[in-house]
Amino acid sequence: MSKADLTRVNDFTIKIATVNGTGSASANALLMKSIFRSGIPVVGKNYFPSNIQGLPTWYEIRVTKDGYVARSGRVDIMVAMNAETYARDVKEVEPGGYLVYDSTWPRPSLLKREDISVLGVPLARLCNENFNGVRTRILMKNICYAGVLAALLDLDLAHIRQLLAETYAKKPQLVESNMKAIQLGYDYARANFQCPLPLHVSRMAQTAGHVMIDGNTAAALGCLFAGATVAAWYPITPSTSLMDAFKMFADRMRVDPATGRRNFAFIQAEDELAAVGMAIGAMWNGARAFTATSGPGISLMNEFLGLAYYAEVPVVIFDIQRVGPSTGMPTRTQQGDLLLCAYASHGDTRHVCLYPATPEECFYMAVQAFDLAERLQTPVLVLSDLDIGMNDWMCRDLKWDDNYRPDRGKMLGKEEVLKLERFYRFLDNDGDGIGYRTLPGVHPKAAYFTRGSGHTQYGAYTEDAADYQLVLDRLLKKWATAGRLVPRALIDATAGSPLGIVSLGSCDGAIREALDVLKQRGVALDYMRVRAFPFSEDVEKFLAAHELLFVVEQNRDAQLRALLTLETAVDKAKLRSLLHYNGLPISSQFIVEGVLAELQPGGRIASRDAAHG
Amino acid sequence: MTFIAKPKVAHPSLPKNALGLTRRDYEGALSTLCAGCGHDSITAAIVEACWGVGLEPQNLVKLSGIGCSSKTTAYFVSGGHGFNSVHGRMPAIAMGANAANRKLTYIGVSGDGDTLSIGLGQFCHAIRRNLNMLYIVENNGVYGLTKGQFSASADIGTRAKKGETNFQPPIDPVLLAMTLGASFVARSFSGDKQQLVPLIQAGFKHEGFALIDVLSPCVTFNDHEGSTKSYAYTREHYEPAVHADFIPLEREITVDYKEGEVLPVVLHDGSRIVLRKLDSAYDPTDRTLAAAQIQERMKAGEYLTGLLYLEPSQNEFHRVNSTPDAPLNSLPYELLSPGSKGLEKVLARYR
Repeated sequence: MSKADLTRVNDFTIKIATVNGTGSASANALLMKSIFRSGIPVVGKNYFPSNIQGLPTWYEIRVTKDGYVARSGRVDIMVAMNAETYARDVKEVEPGGYLVYDSTWPRPSLLKREDISVLGVPLARLCNENFNGVRTRILMKNICYAGVLAALLDLDLAHIRQLLAETYAKKPQLVESNMKAIQLGYDYARANFQCPLPLHVSRMAQTAGHVMIDGNTAAALGCLFAGATVAAWYPITPSTSLMDAFKMFADRMRVDPATGRRNFAFIQAEDELAAVGMAIGAMWNGARAFTATSGPGISLMNEFLGLAYYAEVPVVIFDIQRVGPSTGMPTRTQQGDLLLCAYASHGDTRHVCLYPATPEECFYMAVQAFDLAERLQTPVLVLSDLDIGMNDWMCRDLKWDDNYRPDRGKMLGKEEVLKLERFYRFLDNDGDGIGYRTLPGVHPKAAYFTRGSGHTQYGAYTEDAADYQLVLDRLLKKWATAGRLVPRALIDATAGSPLGIVSLGSCDGAIREALDVLKQRGVALDYMRVRAFPFSEDVEKFLAAHELLFVVEQNRDAQLRALLTLETAVDKAKLRSLLHYNGLPISSQFIVEGVLAELQPGGRIASRDAAHG
Repeated sequence: MTFIAKPKVAHPSLPKNALGLTRRDYEGALSTLCAGCGHDSITAAIVEACWGVGLEPQNLVKLSGIGCSSKTTAYFVSGGHGFNSVHGRMPAIAMGANAANRKLTYIGVSGDGDTLSIGLGQFCHAIRRNLNMLYIVENNGVYGLTKGQFSASADIGTRAKKGETNFQPPIDPVLLAMTLGASFVARSFSGDKQQLVPLIQAGFKHEGFALIDVLSPCVTFNDHEGSTKSYAYTREHYEPAVHADFIPLEREITVDYKEGEVLPVVLHDGSRIVLRKLDSAYDPTDRTLAAAQIQERMKAGEYLTGLLYLEPSQNEFHRVNSTPDAPLNSLPYELLSPGSKGLEKVLARYR
């Protein structure tokens, strides 16, 4: 690749290699936000270890004038701050790219590559000369590289100063020390390199009306706005930040200013079994309640999910998926829980699942999850993942309709119950498979018995074959109702192609980017993003209307494809899997290559597909 | 089976409580347990206790796990909601339900298998959280529904019906609860209604986690010679140490207690539990001494019974968490949502 190719404004990727626990997160956030505030779309992806301090960690900043949201799959500028990973970091840089490193200890042999430019900045020396204290020097070294990048990329120092002022509003002396570190790096770069680089930023106006937010924060906000009052959980990466965010927002916005009383209960449970049990108990008793977890937690929650399904208790569960099986790779992303969540627990069980693709959708789907759970009186699982949950995404502003009121579903109060001759919890009076529920404390006439053991439609214990089956069949009717209420798939059939892509969740960004690239190469594809289970009718139609469908998902076993073949009439043979499951977020390049390979005669996917039978 | 409804006709001369309700109003479905089961006596004691304190039936929330004991929540107070959950997980359901509505009265009925084996973790953590509920363990040392396996409360040397001897040390819910900081710890016997009824009433009123371990012989699988949880053995080795009388707010203390032997404990709503020491050496207000004495007597094969430890003014879950007096499930949505203005303010941080 010639240098000319790398003269790209607002379209490149920086990767920063550091050691975790050294405060690099603040430096990276500073860079991201200053670009964002210059009106330029930007994406941040964090590749961090399951460790507290001392292991390698990477942060990727993609500057993308076209507003793409996926991992780019390439590195144009590497900031190599971790000597331990120098070798692999250097290799990753695209030909014609740049490598910034701490030249306090020169490493000419290790960093040698003819086809990239190596920019050495004596960061440690600069910081040692200008700051006191070991910890401060380590932290400032990271802020200092942000200053170097500011000069190289032509970032606006005023934005950086403003961001620091906001971050350290209560500690103004930190604004000055941080700014000093920025300036040290900035001045060194200006004095020693040709600034800006051919890769740099230039002000745009594409970020107005947008925020940079992660999916866990957005989901937590959704829970707050949905009126959730009970949050129970057991800490597990990568779901913990959802609960932390809920607690933070609730502490700020749910405490009665007059009394100091907290209009929420936040319960750290002893394990995930207890966490989901508490959420179920609370929702059974009329509070909106939820829990957040990841794959290992869902495994434990299976027993309670079966109970909530059969006893018809609403509950909302967020599964921020990570790499499995077992403990897997806790800080890497995957869509590996699709089948587990859809059919969790023994016996005939099926669960409503929502599949958000962005933090924005996490917010709206969180609210929707509560409404659906109460309307359908059943668990609703929101399947996010680490990529959506923990990375910063540029999203349209979240909007709130002040006319919103929670849909509590079919719930009878005292007056309504008193009008009835007798109240029966599980009778299907309306033909939609959903009975009426009451809350404890209302009236003796409203009391009923909730159980996971066999029961009649009148709520009594039973071991009678017909009575048992009647209830189980009604649950199927309710499932059909769910299919009409869940969010529909998003379909883009503008290409009018016999070929299509089917996918879900966080693959969306990479797919939309891939569709653009493929179109430029003369391959036009339709696209359907499934947003919920059960599949709505439009899913069946889209599948039927296309000759060949690429099912793109982030797991090894083609779980979405399996669900589609189980739950729709689609011909298995026309579903071709593109499976990405190494723990990194999927990139558009993977999809483009996969599609093109298939479309060539004797494509590689045909053989893999055979293995899936 | 529970689908056999009891006739709801009540004789007009039946005594009525302050709410004008008779004991019949606190009954539930017909029990399906074995004739003579200790659990049925406990059910009767619960009915009596609820009637006695004048509990509004709809304000009682009945929770249980799985097992013979857990079935019993269907057999009392049919006017209250019941939740028969999964094995050993009743405390989690209770925690969530209580978090949602602090105003109701929560009773959990469990067994020794449900509490001390599969549910041991949840039992311990409910105590740590000082969840405001009455937790009754119907303790018979044996698994009934699966036909006679030892439970974790079986004593060393006790013999199963089929002849097998248990060599594993028992887990004692009373000592465990005391170690974990429980504020109300009692032991009783299903055959002693005089002792049990006021204990249940006191447990209802105690603000915080109240445990009553009730020795409740299993007539089918653990009532033979060689068992340490049979009716005969329990009667012989059962030693009331502290009697507790529950005195409602509106009633004067009229019982003539001997000086030095009574200790009235005032509860949050002004009602009182009057502790009467039957064993003058025993002190139900000193956790360390009480635990030592219970343990000592256990070594001698005796069960000390009564309200073995009581500590009022505990910080139950809602006090610790500063939740409002009004139940969380009753808060109007307007109070819970920050609205579009609130959202705008939040989003400013993400620009």
